[in-house]
Amino acid sequence: MDYGTLRGLFALLILGLFIIIVVWSYSKKRKDSFDEVANSIFEEDNLAADNTKRHHDKDSKQETNNNV
Amino acid sequence: MTTSNTSAVNYNFDVVRQFTVMTVIWGIVGTSLGVLIAAQLIWPALNFETPWLTYSRLRPLHTNAVIFAFGTSALFATSYYVVQRTCKTRLFGGMLVPFTFWGWQAVIVSAIISLPLGYTSSKEYAELEWPIDILIAVVWVSYAIVFFGTLVKRKVSHIYVANWFFGGFIATVAVLHIGNSMVIPVSGMKSYSIYSGAIDAMMQWWYGHNAVGFLLTAGFLGMMYYFVPKQAERPVYSYRLSIVHFWALVSLYIWAGPHHLHYTALPDWAQSVGMVMSIVLFLPSWGGMINGIMTLSGAWHKLRTDPILRFLIVSLSFYGMSTFEGPMMAIKSVNALSHYTDWTVGHVHSGALGWVAMISIGAMYHLIPVLFNQGRMYSIRLINVHFWLHTVGVVLYIVAMWISGVMQGLMWRAVNSDGTLTYSFVESLTASYPFYFIRFLGGVLIVTGFILMAYNMFKTIGAKDNSLKPVDAA
Repeated sequence: MDYGTLRGLFALLILGLFIIIVVWSYSKKRKDSFDEVANSIFEEDNLAADNTKRHHDKDSKQETNNNV
Repeated sequence: MTTSNTSAVNYNFDVVRQFTVMTVIWGIVGTSLGVLIAAQLIWPALNFETPWLTYSRLRPLHTNAVIFAFGTSALFATSYYVVQRTCKTRLFGGMLVPFTFWGWQAVIVSAIISLPLGYTSSKEYAELEWPIDILIAVVWVSYAIVFFGTLVKRKVSHIYVANWFFGGFIATVAVLHIGNSMVIPVSGMKSYSIYSGAIDAMMQWWYGHNAVGFLLTAGFLGMMYYFVPKQAERPVYSYRLSIVHFWALVSLYIWAGPHHLHYTALPDWAQSVGMVMSIVLFLPSWGGMINGIMTLSGAWHKLRTDPILRFLIVSLSFYGMSTFEGPMMAIKSVNALSHYTDWTVGHVHSGALGWVAMISIGAMYHLIPVLFNQGRMYSIRLINVHFWLHTVGVVLYIVAMWISGVMQGLMWRAVNSDGTLTYSFVESLTASYPFYFIRFLGGVLIVTGFILMAYNMFKTIGAKDNSLKPVDAA
């Protein structure tokens, strides 16, 4: 196999990997766990500030919080 | 605002505090050096006839100070903070952790001594000579051990996206630095690269552009993915987009280096690959910027009252501007006009002062009260003043350089009907003076802002614990 063909195949491989990453990350199954992870950075605040008005529940979801 | 004492985990915040304070101090040093050399371009007598203070020696000191002292200290501080908080565990590595702090400060001090003395490898952003390069490599590998070791012993199953960006930046910078610094030493402070000719140039810009792509972009995107949601008090707009953003960005950036070598001895095909990859890079860059800015969706009103959030969001606007401008300048025909002019300098500073500095300043203002057991910074008003000083400074700087750069490019390529050059180089230099002065003014505003920041920081550190109450609770 010559170098040009090898490079072509490599480009296809990378494209395939990229498509897999997109499909994987945008699959419906992953949505809930990603919402949880996105909210995970607020967990300690909730413990510390349970009695204040600042509260981050499961209802503050990314991409669904367009409550302008 | 949380304080460290509400946490069940015994975090190592000492090293974060050290790097945070040094970030602000190196910010003043690095930008002051920038103002000095900007002034030298208008008033050359400011080198005081001293070799140590000449432009050629202070310019690399300025770039090293802002990138490796200011920017990298900010990255150390935030990555050590974020990796502990999101992994809910103490930093791994024991004595390696303080070693990364003192080792890195030793690197900076060696740069401050050796560059004015004239020791240089002459490779841009990699000027430091081989003994210092070895120290950098040792500190950097220790940094990687501490960071990845902490990820390994994490108490949560998922690795939060900010850590992916920090990890990508740490791993890649190690490879870049070690790869580009391969030299044969001939004496204590002199060495020659093992690469030669066009290969040496390609290695240099593979390193140089990815110093921009990984240190100044991926690392600070890690900062963005933690501090923007934290300060806005809402989760990132799209976690799924952040995953695609990460993989697209890291797989594309590494190819963009050749755009620094258009119309040189580098083979044409390599130049074209660099140009195409640079243009494609626009997509993940803007994906990330949109993800950051849209995090505020539904909470735009916070920008009106929170100057820290304003720093973070305006930094993303500058990031979007620079990552649009960059791909344009990588197009060969545009590059033929822009290369070697002040346009490049303007582009770099729109990224460095707009994106990198503003996201760091915002993150530091968020971090300082948390680290020193306060509800907020000593003065919110001063943060606001800093915001406007910095923003006006950056805008003055980049607009002046755009005009000056395009003017230089046009003057240098203008030819008379008989084929001779219309303008001499000195004529283009004279025409640039007014813009050099505007740039100098912008720089003065930025340094003033940093000094206010240092004052605000020391007042916050010096105040009695928890004496500064958060604004929303007051």
